[in-house]
Parts: sequence; C-alpha cells; structure tokens
Amino acid sequence: MKRAFPVFGLLTLVLLSFALYEALIGAPTERTMGEVQRIFYYHVSSAWTAFLLFLTNFIASVVYLAKKNSKADAVAAVTAEVGVLFCSVVLVTGPLWARPVWGIWWTWDMRLTLTLVLWLIYVSYLVLRRFSTSSQTAVIAAALSIFGAVDVPLVYFSIWYFRTQHPSPVIGRGGSLDARMWHVLLINWAAFLCFAFLICWSRYRLERLRRDVEETQALEALLEPRGVR
Amino acid sequence: MIYLYAAYAATWTIHITYLAWVLLRYRRLRREIYELRKAVR
Amino acid sequence: MSSLPTITKATLAKDLRLEWRSKDVINAMLFFALLVVVIFSFSFNPTAEESRQIAGGLVWVAFLFASVVALNQTWARELRNQVLDAFRVSPAPANALFLAKAIGNFLFVSALEALMTPLFIVFYALRALGPGWQLVPVGLLGTWALVVNGTFFAAMSIRTRSREIMLPLLLFPITIPALLAMVQATSAILTGEASAKFWIVLLAVYNLVFTTVSLLLFESVLHAE
Repeated sequence: MKRAFPVFGLLTLVLLSFALYEALIGAPTERTMGEVQRIFYYHVSSAWTAFLLFLTNFIASVVYLAKKNSKADAVAAVTAEVGVLFCSVVLVTGPLWARPVWGIWWTWDMRLTLTLVLWLIYVSYLVLRRFSTSSQTAVIAAALSIFGAVDVPLVYFSIWYFRTQHPSPVIGRGGSLDARMWHVLLINWAAFLCFAFLICWSRYRLERLRRDVEETQALEALLEPRGVR
Repeated sequence: MIYLYAAYAATWTIHITYLAWVLLRYRRLRREIYELRKAVR
Repeated sequence: MSSLPTITKATLAKDLRLEWRSKDVINAMLFFALLVVVIFSFSFNPTAEESRQIAGGLVWVAFLFASVVALNQTWARELRNQVLDAFRVSPAPANALFLAKAIGNFLFVSALEALMTPLFIVFYALRALGPGWQLVPVGLLGTWALVVNGTFFAAMSIRTRSREIMLPLLLFPITIPALLAMVQATSAILTGEASAKFWIVLLAVYNLVFTTVSLLLFESVLHAE
C-alpha cells in the first residue's frame, strides 16, 4: 500500500504529460475553430471526471446513511471537494473557449447552466460541511448530497424546456468527432481520472488523519484537567 | 491561440493551487500530531 | 402511541396559536416583503408593458426572500427550551413534526402572498393576459416547493454555526429548478404568450419528489447525534 502511492503517482505524471503532448501536438487541428479547439481535451475530460466524482459522492452518501460507515463519509467529503475542483476547471476553460469561437464569454445554454447549477449545489455542500459544528455533520451532509442528486434531473428538464422556448444563438458541438480526436480525448480523460484518483487518495488519507487527530485531541482534553500523569 | 494557452495554464493553476492547499493542511496536521505527542510524553 | 395525523395536528395547532398570539413571523415577513417590493420598483422603474415581462421574477424573488425570514424562525422556538430534544426522546414519529412545521410555514407564506399580491397588482399595474386561474395552482405548488425544502434545510442549518446565513446558502441552489418554473409559469400567464402547463407539471413533480425525500430523510436528520 505504501509503495503503491508513489508508483501510481509517477504513472499518472507520465500519463498526464503524454496526454498533454497528444492534446497540443498529436491531435489534428480542427478545421473551423482552429487551434483553440484543443481546449476541448481538457474541458471535456475535466467535466466527465467532475460528474463521475459527484456520482461517487452521491453513492457514498447513500452508503453512509444506510450503514453509518465513517469511511463512506470521508469518501463523500473528499469526492465533493475534488469534484468542485474539476468543475471549476470546466467553468474556467469553458468561457476561454467560448470567447474566440462564439464571441461571447458566457451563454445560458443548456450544458453551461447545468454545470453552473451543479457547481453551486456542491459548493453549498462544502460550505455546510465547513460550517457544521457537531458530530452530526456526516448525516446532514449526506442528506444534502441526496437532495442535490435528486435535484439534477429536475434542473436538467427545467433548463431544457427554458432553452427550447427561447432558442439561443449557440450551436453545440454538432456532428461527429474525428476518430483521432476521440482517441486523444480518451487518453486525456484517462489521465485526468488517474490524477483525480490520486488527489482523492491523498486527500482521503489526510481526512482520515485529521479525524484521528481530532479524536485524540478530544481524548486529551478529557484527560487533561484531572492531571492523570 | 492565446486563449488555448490561457485555458491550459488556468487548469494547472487551479490544480496546483488546490494541491498546495492540501499540502498546507497536511503540514499543519503534522505539527498538531507532533504537539500531541509532546503533550502525551 | 398516537398516530401521525394526531401529532401533526397537535403540533400545527400549537404553532398556529403561538403565531396568532405573537404575530412575530408574519409581521417580520410582511414588512420585509414590502421593503423588497418598494426597492424593486425603484431599481426597475416599471411601466405596465415592461413590468409584465419581469413581474413573475420580481414577485417570486420577493416571496423567496420573505419566506427565508419565516423559515429561519421555524425551529428557533423549539431550540429555546430544549423542546427539540424532548421531541427526540419521545416516541412520536419524526415526520409528524416535519409535516406540522412544513404546513405551518405553508400557511404563513400563503397568507403573506395573499396580502402582497394586491400590492404587486397596484404597484406594477398587472393584469393577466393568459388564463389567470392558473396562477392559483402555480402559487400553491410554488409555495409548497419553497416551504418543503426550506423547512428541511432549516432543520439542517440549526446544527451549524451562523445558522441564519446557512439556510439561504443551502436552499437557493437546490430550489433553482422550482424557482425557474414558478417565474416562467407566472410570466407565461401574465404575458399570455406561452402555455404554463409544462411548468406546472414540473412544479408538481418537484413537490412530489422533494416531499418524499424529505419525509424519508427527516428522521435521520432529527435524530442525528
């Protein structure tokens, strides 16, 4: 276990550099959008990773509520945090792509709005965890996570109808993707998944350690006034 | 082209900032552990 | 052992009686909503035609802010004398408490809406160009949507530091689809340009889903220790 972490880290680093090379140089240049289209490889793979992390968060929350397993709670906390991280990357790279291609930074298009709402929901989840004082943090955080997950399809349908009513000038990435581009995208996604897993792993260990320390501190505080030693 | 580099740079800036933050918390935790050990002894 | 409806009714009656005697919540809410309406009319300079387009948004944002005032008070009363702890150890079903609180809030917010709507009509010279009766289901469903989530999140936020700030932070992101539905439905009815059917159905589904989830999860949140 101890050895696996640096080995996996090295592997991820290699994969990430290879993916970066492929995205910047290996992949063919898109005809209409030009070089800017290369943002796509980071943008989309980050988005998929973020959604996967949010899904993991939801599953971990359900497991926690069912089994009251503190490990599941730690997983939920970690995946929400890293998910927000990747979602932020999506929200930053999105406008940077939209600006040269569409001429605008932001549009209230379907996917953009959905990602933004998702980001807001999980940021509020993190705020709740931060502000929660007591030992019940895990339960209320899990409840909020379930609320958030249940909310996603409703957000989807509402925005979908909202947008079909008021058609926006934005065209999605219509048409099929070149096979070579798919290839590069999948490499990038794999690299980012490994990277996300790596971050989650270290963050998870940190979280467990933090809990142990807190517990020890609480014990220490209990023993202190009596002057046990 | 500048947008492309900006996007890649932004991605890595966000990730590295986060990693630095995690590392900072880890170091703070290490100090706390050290102090706890000292207190116990 | 008493059944769920009995306890719900008893708790609800207690809350309503308390509110009737003090009128704390409804007064604060009313004044707050009035302030919001006045401030909005300064910042948007409504003429009759324009205001019809934006009135749906204004009305619901005013109600949303005002209902947060009520929702924040939901559990404050129960915390003061450890009533909540007493409820926790009692064998009464947790959902009875939740339902009573949610229905109570629903009544308060509905009363507020009934009082504020004429004011909106006067200030913004509103007249529905579409089927006006549809505003009734939109109002009822929309209010329940705000209240059912709000009551639940208020119960969550009493466990946190600075709980008054926490509630809107939790409530607003989750309520986005419901809020969108209410605003769009109201605008559609007022302008008469589009049908509000889809939004009403969406609100109904939203209410159904979140009422179920709240009832399923409330017990574990209440008893979390």
